[in-house]
Amino acid sequence: MPNTSLSGSALLTNDVGLHARPSVKLTQLAKRFGARIEFALDAAGPWVDAKSPVKVMRFKAAKGETLHFRANGPDAAVALAAILALVEGGFAIDGETISSPPNA
Amino acid sequence: MMEKHFAGRTASPGMALGPLVAFAPETGTRAASGAVDIEARALRAALAQALRDLRRLIEQSPGETADILAFQVALLEDDVLSEPAFAAIAEGRAAHDAWCEAMEAEAAGYEASDDEYFRARAADLRDIRDRVLAALAGSDPVAEVPPGAIVTAVDLAPSRFLAIDWSQGGGLALTEGSATSHVAMLARSRGVPAIVGLGVDLSEFAGHALVDAHRGVLIIDPGPEVCEQFERDLRSASTARARADAAALRPAVTLDGTPIRILLDFADPADLEGLDPAICEGIGLVRTELLFHDRHGLPDEDEQYTVYRRIAEWAQDRPVTIRTLDAGGDKPIPGVTLATESNPFLGVRGLRLSFARPDVFRTQLRALARAAMHGNLKIMLPMVTLPRELAAARVMLDVEVAALLSAGVPARRASLGIMVEVPSAAIAADQFDADFFSLGSNDLAQYVAAAGRDVEAVAELADPVQPAMVRLLRYVVDVAREQQIEVSLCGDAGGDPRAIPVLLATGLRCLSMAPALVGNAKLAVASVDLRTLPALAPWP
Repeated sequence: MPNTSLSGSALLTNDVGLHARPSVKLTQLAKRFGARIEFALDAAGPWVDAKSPVKVMRFKAAKGETLHFRANGPDAAVALAAILALVEGGFAIDGETISSPPNA
Repeated sequence: MMEKHFAGRTASPGMALGPLVAFAPETGTRAASGAVDIEARALRAALAQALRDLRRLIEQSPGETADILAFQVALLEDDVLSEPAFAAIAEGRAAHDAWCEAMEAEAAGYEASDDEYFRARAADLRDIRDRVLAALAGSDPVAEVPPGAIVTAVDLAPSRFLAIDWSQGGGLALTEGSATSHVAMLARSRGVPAIVGLGVDLSEFAGHALVDAHRGVLIIDPGPEVCEQFERDLRSASTARARADAAALRPAVTLDGTPIRILLDFADPADLEGLDPAICEGIGLVRTELLFHDRHGLPDEDEQYTVYRRIAEWAQDRPVTIRTLDAGGDKPIPGVTLATESNPFLGVRGLRLSFARPDVFRTQLRALARAAMHGNLKIMLPMVTLPRELAAARVMLDVEVAALLSAGVPARRASLGIMVEVPSAAIAADQFDADFFSLGSNDLAQYVAAAGRDVEAVAELADPVQPAMVRLLRYVVDVAREQQIEVSLCGDAGGDPRAIPVLLATGLRCLSMAPALVGNAKLAVASVDLRTLPALAPWP
């Protein structure tokens, strides 16, 4: 398979943004691919390693922001498709019911 | 001793009385070796030990707790986290100082956020910091907290919360902290009463205290009156809960033997899990707005069909009334509702919006018609104002059902009813050709009283059992009886024990409410004697 470099973006629709659980899901997924995968909040960068939960959390991405990804490596296309699907699917996070505070 | 009251914010409801125990992180002390390689090796070993401990904790923890700890594991596994510490060690810093400074810098980055959620993550960082520090010093991070204590701290790390034995009760009082922190989530899931943001110095806290997390107040050295009241509240709350739980599974019958049908209102299919269908005779209201939230784009037909079908199957042939999208008003949905309305409650909401976005409406009708093959599903239209709106919706449903059938897709024309919540629909109820009525007590009350339920200063005027409401309810119930169609009531009043006698007096025999209210509502029904209710003013 040729070495490819691809990029794509997806809108963050989670209520609390790219918080702990989505960040962990995102980086765990990224780590499953050999491709170098980078993440940014702006297409112009700065870009960080999408496999590092510490760096991904440092962006503190909020709901409504656009997440940009670029992937480089033999499995770049699959990796990018999977990551964009995860973000667009709202991180498929269920059972967040008790995470909302009582009428504070 | 003087009783002292401190006000904070409720992070987890409930009440607890016990001795105050200040929880100060005890991480031990450690002497620096002065050698770069020894310091680096010590930190590496401490990081490895902290990871092992956390992984072991995860194995013993239920789902949500494990998720919170998994986040800490993910950060600890990431070399990026400890990079600055190792860089400082290479320049001669001691391992514990280097680690503390690196973690403080990382935590400060979170604390600078505008977003409360991200700010609350600083506590997770400090939790990781202390766990590694304790490993460095060779001490056990678990402090001794006697069971049943009221734990006080500036903030509490999730793993410390988990290390405390809450099985004998107890409560939590934090001078800072946040209701969106992981420790607040844990407290709610464990049922530990918790107050945050008390905003005073910890040194104020000594002696015994009562955590009143219903009111968000910490009472230190409560006097005999407060204590006796607490004991009484506790006893009556547990008796009342046991009675309500038992009542929930029995049929609702008035003193004179009249059966009352109890249905459920709910918004999230996840709420069905763990719920026994036997507590109800069906579902009176499924709100579908949640399906349209928190996702990229609108849910397609198959996605909606899957959800509606699951609900219909859960109910096992009991009727399930699904309301079409009721966006607008206080429930905006990006990309669907209009953002420019000055008075959204009187604007394009509910069915009005469905006509403005026929593509969205038709998709939902198709999904509902298909799901109707799998149970006793009914379709309810919100915010119906004029009879011709119902007629138009009926045509649209018929068209979609015909299209599905001609394409070979199994579908059924489910019965089509209306939510009676706009006064015009209530006043002229006899003019609507509906298969059923569902009185929407929240909106009908606010529109009848011209008092928005989002405006606290006038919300009291929107009393759902005031004379005008009683007249309207009674009229709609009479029309339903004459037309031989079903009528029920949903909204907050349906599950309110104080409103139930009046609602039954209007002739209503079917109430829909949130699952948690069923037990008390059935008890309220059981205490009503329909033979002795006062006569209500008739429709003039």
